[in-house]
Amino acid sequence: MAKTTVAIVDYDAGNLRSVQKALEKFGARAEITSSAAVIEAADAVVVPGQGACDSSMRNLRERELVDPIRDSIASGRPFLGVCLGLQLLLDASDEGEEPCLGIARGRCRRLPGGQKIPHMGWNQVVWRKQHPFFEGVPNGSHFYFVHSYYADPEDSSIIAAATDYGVEFCSAVAWDSVAAVQFHPEKSGSIGLKIYENFVRCASER
Amino acid sequence: MLTKRIIPCLDVDGGRVVKGVSFIEIRDAGDPVQLASYYDAEGADELVLLDITASSDSREIMLDVVREVAERLFIPFTVGGGMRSAADVRLMLEAGADKVSLNTAAVQNPDLVGEASDHFGSQCIVVAIDATAVRPGDPPVPCADPTLALGSSSRWQVYIHGGRTPTGIDALQWAIRAADLGAGELLLTSMDTDGHQTGYDLDMIRQISQTVPIPVIASGGAGTPDHFLDALQDAKADAVLAASVFHFGTYRVKDIKDFLSERGVPMRPID
Repeated sequence: MAKTTVAIVDYDAGNLRSVQKALEKFGARAEITSSAAVIEAADAVVVPGQGACDSSMRNLRERELVDPIRDSIASGRPFLGVCLGLQLLLDASDEGEEPCLGIARGRCRRLPGGQKIPHMGWNQVVWRKQHPFFEGVPNGSHFYFVHSYYADPEDSSIIAAATDYGVEFCSAVAWDSVAAVQFHPEKSGSIGLKIYENFVRCASER
Repeated sequence: MLTKRIIPCLDVDGGRVVKGVSFIEIRDAGDPVQLASYYDAEGADELVLLDITASSDSREIMLDVVREVAERLFIPFTVGGGMRSAADVRLMLEAGADKVSLNTAAVQNPDLVGEASDHFGSQCIVVAIDATAVRPGDPPVPCADPTLALGSSSRWQVYIHGGRTPTGIDALQWAIRAADLGAGELLLTSMDTDGHQTGYDLDMIRQISQTVPIPVIASGGAGTPDHFLDALQDAKADAVLAASVFHFGTYRVKDIKDFLSERGVPMRPID
């Protein structure tokens, strides 16, 4: 059987090798790419990333990757967003001016003051609903976070997990074959790898 | 709740870990890759790799070390030492470092902090500050920036070049400036306590950590579990870095985490 292919979208938003390594660990052929054709052909897509919303959205548009990402999600192929890859799914962000992908209604807001920002380190994730990518990840597991903004979706039914940092914020969304997380599963030890394992399995079962 | 982080630090010289690590039952305790994996398995929350090599031609060796460590680790790690420019930072991040720490270069060229954080995101830019308590009779050191210069109320002075060169800069003012410039985190080392295993400089950590809006890693002086507790609970550090106490096997990461958990400090459980 051919290996499951995963496109890791490269839009100049941080180091993507650790995401690639995590996917490869579970047998996927994971390609870091800014090619629309590769994204269109892949069994599944991951949008990772760190950094600023505006420059990231400009890079996605300049590389003409917005439509391929949308199309992949619309086709029902598994999609995983990580960190900025969660925030960009919404309409807009307090962090910048550029419209984001608008795949889910809502916007990103700055974490409230009165505590250290960025929110950096290991924090707990409390599940609000089940999703195949999160199978076998116990409630209250610790994941590695590093961010200053958080996703605030309008439709609370897509909120898959919450995390407390002064405010209880949405640390994961999920619907259909889409999930996106604010934390970095590829930097969260074995519990984080479980999410990549589930993701690769779901992609291979389609 | 956000947990406090325990961060072992590996000093790397010419591609080899220095500072005796002979207790560890791995084949090559001088190999940074093996040691990094060891501490990952031990439950470390992050790692710091500090390149202490003096010569600049070792840059390639460190990049290779970072590439290899990145292949093996699924926890975050920071690399410090010798980076002078945004291009150096880019090379280190591309090699697989999650964060870089800037020390001498940040003091000599503060714009580098802003430039690097604009380019790569503040989340990956750590400013490392080495400081000692100001003492009466310290020889005056001219400081180009009057807003950072030591004054009558200054308590700690910044040193650069691995602690060899005083700068005339007030550590608290520099910490505030570094955060303004875009640092995502500070790594604060007291040279007075470093290596003595007599406890962190709690006054310095407390004052800086409570003043800056970004996380602070306490460094220098850890010798007993109580020292970690004091830095985190009393001095409000967000993370604690230690080298000898782990390398010499005095305590394991688990011992420290158990001790702190029992005293109400939030810790990530070990897998």
